[in-house]
Amino acid sequence: MEDKKRTILICRGTGCESAKSPQIQAALEEKVQGLNVEVKFTGCHGMCQQGPIVVVEPEDIFYAHVKLRDVPKIVESHIKNDEVVERLVYEDPTTKEKIPTYHDIPFYKRQKRLVLRNCGQIDPENIDDALARDSYAGLGEALKMEPVEIVAEVKKSGLRGRGGGGFPTGLKWEFTQKAAGDVKYVLCNADEGDPGAFMDRSVLEGDPHAVLEGMIIAGFAISAKQGYIYCRAEYPLAIKRLQIAIEQAREHGYLGKDILGSGFDFDIEIFHGAGAFVCGEETALITSIEGNRGMPRNRPPYPANEGLYGKPTLLNNVKTYANIPLIITNGSGWFADIGTENSKGTAVFALTGKIANSGLIEVPMGVTLREIIYDIGGGILDSKEFKAVQTGGPSGGCLPESFLDTPVDYDSLIEAGSMMGSGGMVVMDEDTCMVDVARYFLDFTEKESCGKCVPCRIGTKQMLTILEDIVEGRGKPGDIDRLEELAHGIKIGSLCGLGQTAPNPVLTTIRYFRDEYEAHIYDNACPAKQCKEFISYHIVDSCIGCGLCRRNCPVDAITGEQKELHHIDQELCIQCGECYEVCPPKVFSIEIHTGEKSTEPEPVLQVVTG
Amino acid sequence: MTNSIAEIDDAGTIFVIGSNTTSAHPVIGQRMRRAARNGATIIVANPKEIDLVRSASYFIQHKPGSDVALLMGMARYIIENDLHDKEFIAERCENFEAFEESLAPFTPEFVEEITGVSWEEIGQVARIYATNQPASIFYAMGITQHTHGTDNVMATANLAMLTGSVGKPSTGVNPLRGQNNVQGACDLGGLPNVYPGYQKVEDPAMKEKFEKAWGRELSGKNGLTHTEIFDAIHDGTVKALYMVGENPALTEADAKHAQKALDKVDFLVSQEIFLSESAEYADVVFPAASFAEKEGTFTNTERRVQRVRRVIPPRGNSKPDWWIVTQIAQAMGEKGFGYETPDDVMDEINAVTPIYGGITYERVEEIGLQWPCPDADHPGTKYLHKGEFARGKGHFVPLVYKPSAEITDEEYPLILTTDRSLYHFHSTMTRRDYGLEALDSEELVKIHPTDAETLGVESGDWVEVSSRRGTVKARAQVTEICQPGLCSMTFHFFESPTNEITNPALDPIAKIPETKVAAVRVKKVS
Amino acid sequence: MDQFTFTIDGQTITAEDGMSIMDAALANDIYIPYLCHHPDLEPVGACRLCGVEVDGRPMVMSCMTPAKEGTDVRTNSPAIYQARKVAMELLIMDHDMDCLACEAADDCDLLKVSAYLGIQPEQLEGLRPLGRQLPIDDSNPYFQFDPNKCILCGICVRTCNEIVGLGALGYINRGIETVVGTFGDKGFVDSICESCGECVVRCPVGSLAPKKPQLAAREISTICAYCGVGCGIHFGVRGDEIVSTRADRESPANRGSLCVKGRYGFNFINHPDRLTTPLIKKDGQFVESSWEEAITLVADKLSNYHGEEFAALTSAKCTNEDNYVVQKFTRAVMGTNTIDHCARL
Repeated sequence: MEDKKRTILICRGTGCESAKSPQIQAALEEKVQGLNVEVKFTGCHGMCQQGPIVVVEPEDIFYAHVKLRDVPKIVESHIKNDEVVERLVYEDPTTKEKIPTYHDIPFYKRQKRLVLRNCGQIDPENIDDALARDSYAGLGEALKMEPVEIVAEVKKSGLRGRGGGGFPTGLKWEFTQKAAGDVKYVLCNADEGDPGAFMDRSVLEGDPHAVLEGMIIAGFAISAKQGYIYCRAEYPLAIKRLQIAIEQAREHGYLGKDILGSGFDFDIEIFHGAGAFVCGEETALITSIEGNRGMPRNRPPYPANEGLYGKPTLLNNVKTYANIPLIITNGSGWFADIGTENSKGTAVFALTGKIANSGLIEVPMGVTLREIIYDIGGGILDSKEFKAVQTGGPSGGCLPESFLDTPVDYDSLIEAGSMMGSGGMVVMDEDTCMVDVARYFLDFTEKESCGKCVPCRIGTKQMLTILEDIVEGRGKPGDIDRLEELAHGIKIGSLCGLGQTAPNPVLTTIRYFRDEYEAHIYDNACPAKQCKEFISYHIVDSCIGCGLCRRNCPVDAITGEQKELHHIDQELCIQCGECYEVCPPKVFSIEIHTGEKSTEPEPVLQVVTG
Repeated sequence: MTNSIAEIDDAGTIFVIGSNTTSAHPVIGQRMRRAARNGATIIVANPKEIDLVRSASYFIQHKPGSDVALLMGMARYIIENDLHDKEFIAERCENFEAFEESLAPFTPEFVEEITGVSWEEIGQVARIYATNQPASIFYAMGITQHTHGTDNVMATANLAMLTGSVGKPSTGVNPLRGQNNVQGACDLGGLPNVYPGYQKVEDPAMKEKFEKAWGRELSGKNGLTHTEIFDAIHDGTVKALYMVGENPALTEADAKHAQKALDKVDFLVSQEIFLSESAEYADVVFPAASFAEKEGTFTNTERRVQRVRRVIPPRGNSKPDWWIVTQIAQAMGEKGFGYETPDDVMDEINAVTPIYGGITYERVEEIGLQWPCPDADHPGTKYLHKGEFARGKGHFVPLVYKPSAEITDEEYPLILTTDRSLYHFHSTMTRRDYGLEALDSEELVKIHPTDAETLGVESGDWVEVSSRRGTVKARAQVTEICQPGLCSMTFHFFESPTNEITNPALDPIAKIPETKVAAVRVKKVS
Repeated sequence: MDQFTFTIDGQTITAEDGMSIMDAALANDIYIPYLCHHPDLEPVGACRLCGVEVDGRPMVMSCMTPAKEGTDVRTNSPAIYQARKVAMELLIMDHDMDCLACEAADDCDLLKVSAYLGIQPEQLEGLRPLGRQLPIDDSNPYFQFDPNKCILCGICVRTCNEIVGLGALGYINRGIETVVGTFGDKGFVDSICESCGECVVRCPVGSLAPKKPQLAAREISTICAYCGVGCGIHFGVRGDEIVSTRADRESPANRGSLCVKGRYGFNFINHPDRLTTPLIKKDGQFVESSWEEAITLVADKLSNYHGEEFAALTSAKCTNEDNYVVQKFTRAVMGTNTIDHCARL
């Protein structure tokens, strides 16, 4: 079978690159010399925890966790002898079942990959690869249309902004198209700042041409000549691939003067963001490009009328632009058939947290949270109980189990107190303290507040301080009410989306997990047994006296003779949990107690006199 | 200024040459920066990278003393590229052909050689100035304090006429006058060749007019200028000197020469608010009331006559200057000095000074009036030369390039130029304010890093700066503000009296000394 | 300018094109609370206190929203009150409330808004004091900056940008750590700050404050005696001393701006070195004399010189009237045109 033409795809997304996939590619290239094999690299497949990922086509074999030393084996066994290397084949983390072919993997089977259509499939640094999969076909068609027709198509498609706000994209295009002004700009928001989110990065790294094509079409539709991609500087690979893509697009006449002979001029520049979360907010992003400190501006005026340098400006998210070529090529009707009534197309999520399969997924709008978490995500890690899921990044809400059948679309999530956001989805299990989760997210937004408006700057800090007090045992009656009052004041009072949404994690956790707050404040208890102030570790009778905990205790709080019951000195214990971790699973003789502290007697001051 | 300060707001181009505006005229500097924020294009031409450069779109760092070459080069570029305002020139100006011919020597190569600036850059700013209208020129002593200062001024005027940038709002040639009332002192006859209102001393009709008004026979001969007075003391002609609020011992170019004259003159009277370096030489010193202690008017750089009021009583026994001189005149038996208030003086000014004819205290009570204001009904004049030049036709002046009086040589390899600090004016007042003194308390010789390296000088080192006239000592500040070969000092500090080494060589017409260019050497001292 | 009408809290008011809702309200003596608004500056909507309801739409920033014909504006509603109250409580908890010793106490916008909203100390209970102890920048001789009193309204930053055109001030850090500062967070005097004090006069609280504040008993207008710009100044006087300066907003020369010299540099007037009595040099030493003696002496002496023997230097610092009298004296009494001044220097 040696004469069969094969293609080996090596993932070189940021995750796989950091796991040495470039070296693997080089080794493969060397090993397959003289064989009828093409080795090429691609962008991200979305299942980064399985990386480095190597796919062999046409058999569609998906190798995970490939190491440099595995290269000879793949070549010798699979390429030369047609034997799939069983050891390297993907293994389902829940069922432990080996699933050799890419498209049988449940993680992918339930997805609908539109925005991610080329990610993992094409060499992002080679425009010919993209062209072979119809890149720039949409542009060709768009240039034959009238700008108003393009805007009408986008409107009819029902596409909504993928940055999180969910504003109808076509409407935004129409406003910008109709805004008076000779000079207009097209901006792409690639300042993906949500912790743990990498949707935009994967698109930029895996299929940069889709974004460029969407922007060029947008430029034609609104009569702009210049586009900027505002990409965070922490994405060097995305910037590099974008730059290469821009240059190749220029060479092929998709960018620059007189694009494809249409008489339309358009070019794109990359602007490096400087690491401020708030610059993902559109007016802050614009202010930053103008060379000022990235602080949001009041709206109105909206960028559609007064944006970059005061000119009408169209600003969309990476994924929004990546959808555009498909809408133009396949028609608005095709797109509108995907999704729900008010949320069309697909949603891309970075699925993380206590979930079996974490990674980047794309699903049709309207699938339920349950389907995402259990069918695609493979359920909760280590068979723990599901507790909550947070969508929408650091200022999304935390939804409890009762919302698992909520369809994932813009309006349902808002109604539940969360939001779509840019696509972060964090799954939490029974061991998660919801008060601490609220504190964690607020800690992020408080630090990323630009400082401009009072409610966000001081309000998030005030809320954070109260939450810290609660998780550290200083909570007071009235704190919950005060948090709610602050949250509402900040939501309606803040200048930009950051402040307006920052209280969401607090509000939703109070709404759905109020008992946890009350337990902290009134009962000195952390029901999830996470907050150190409220927990104590105890060794129970089943202890076999192996001494593991004693040896690992960093503060020598554990005493006990070999093969005898050990004991933890509560005065010395710092609740680090090391004993709990090391106690052999079969023994499992360490318990965590909470809510007991108040029963301990107050220390009495003794007055000693001579 | 031909135009008004407020017109800066609407200028398309603001061409600032020979002015460190944000230091010497800070509020106008603020206004320029504000205009730049609102879209005006600022062009700075200066041998030093002054603060205003930060707000400027274009910066020409030409060699000291090369202004005529720069401005003539710009004119040449404008004509060669057909950017001049032919209609304006034909209708409003004269002598254009002669001027055009005089541009012949100013070839790109020659201009580049003299200015040290590429023709491309010069062309760029010339184009902006000519096309981004309305365009206004602002200059200060960086233009005038040269032996060819008059030529410099003419060159700016030529450029303005060439592009029709005069006689319209937000255009013009706008000298920024230094002192608070230097405009008024000139307007009211504080010059040796003119009576109040620029009426010429040598014009017999004017002489007759003033003889009649003042009831005394007058000299029909021009008097001596500032610098000439000190020469005349040295040669024995002038024997008595009356100084009102002047400190030539510190501010005169080649100050040593002035100090010797003050020492030599037979009889010296000084009216001062402090015992200045010059007042020390006087036979009699009168204590003068400060500006805050007397009534009167000042005329600012935009020709606006504004009301000065007595805010507090004069300190001690000090008196207003006009009162002191009036008393002396009366003691000498003169009749024409019966003024009881400054208002009485203004009445007389109105009568004999046509440009101030309609400027009364009543009318300047609120915001002042800009001269010319010939009568009580005239609204004042926002900008000059509207419709027609004051003299009729705008006269183009053919110019030739003249080098500065002193050029560098082996002995004196650097050029020294002077300017003002934001925190001081001259010295008498600001050095006696605790805050200004704290903000800027000593002279710093600014010098370019390459020169500093050659000389082994670092910031903070003491250096001696010597010219053919003397030596002063100050600390060095190594900075790229200066171009290589250029060093710069202020003249506020008696401890480092810069004007003891500046060049007193005069412009032949304006009699202004060349304090902006002197050949010096800098030496590190311990 | 076109005029139109709309209603604020049911009251019909007239506004001009280009006016914001707040401009129109203030012009009609209707108070809307604010801290970051300043009539000289572009609005930014940072304090979030001036929110109003327009045709039922809540939290419209009145400082940034143009007034529109026929609209119905409400300056208060439960939601708006709640948002304002939260914002003010937050500001108070983050502010050094040492009001008794505060220079701005008699004219503090924070106190004014707090009083308007009726914020009571007991309602702050449960909020955590965020008291940060940041160092005071007192490097400038004339004014100091106390970041603990700063409410980050940004008026100083915008003033330096929009009025002074300098941009010496900006924001440093993020979140609650955000402070106003100079480039590289250096002291004011070590930055490009020109000490003009424009920011100090606009600070609505006591954060940027003059070091030597004194309340004037009366104000007298005059013209600055430094450069040729001729800025209008209102001097504040107490007794017979100048204690304050304020720029004349009506003056066409400076329109409310001043530089460091014009705002602060007048301490020379009361300097002990001032000459207060005529001096006559006798045997190389100055001796104090009466006016009569000095005038007589000078008149006698000058009678000995005439024409070319006499020269006068008049002064560009003196008034027009002073100069006129000096030149007339030179020409008419001394018979020479040799009079000049430092116009050329």
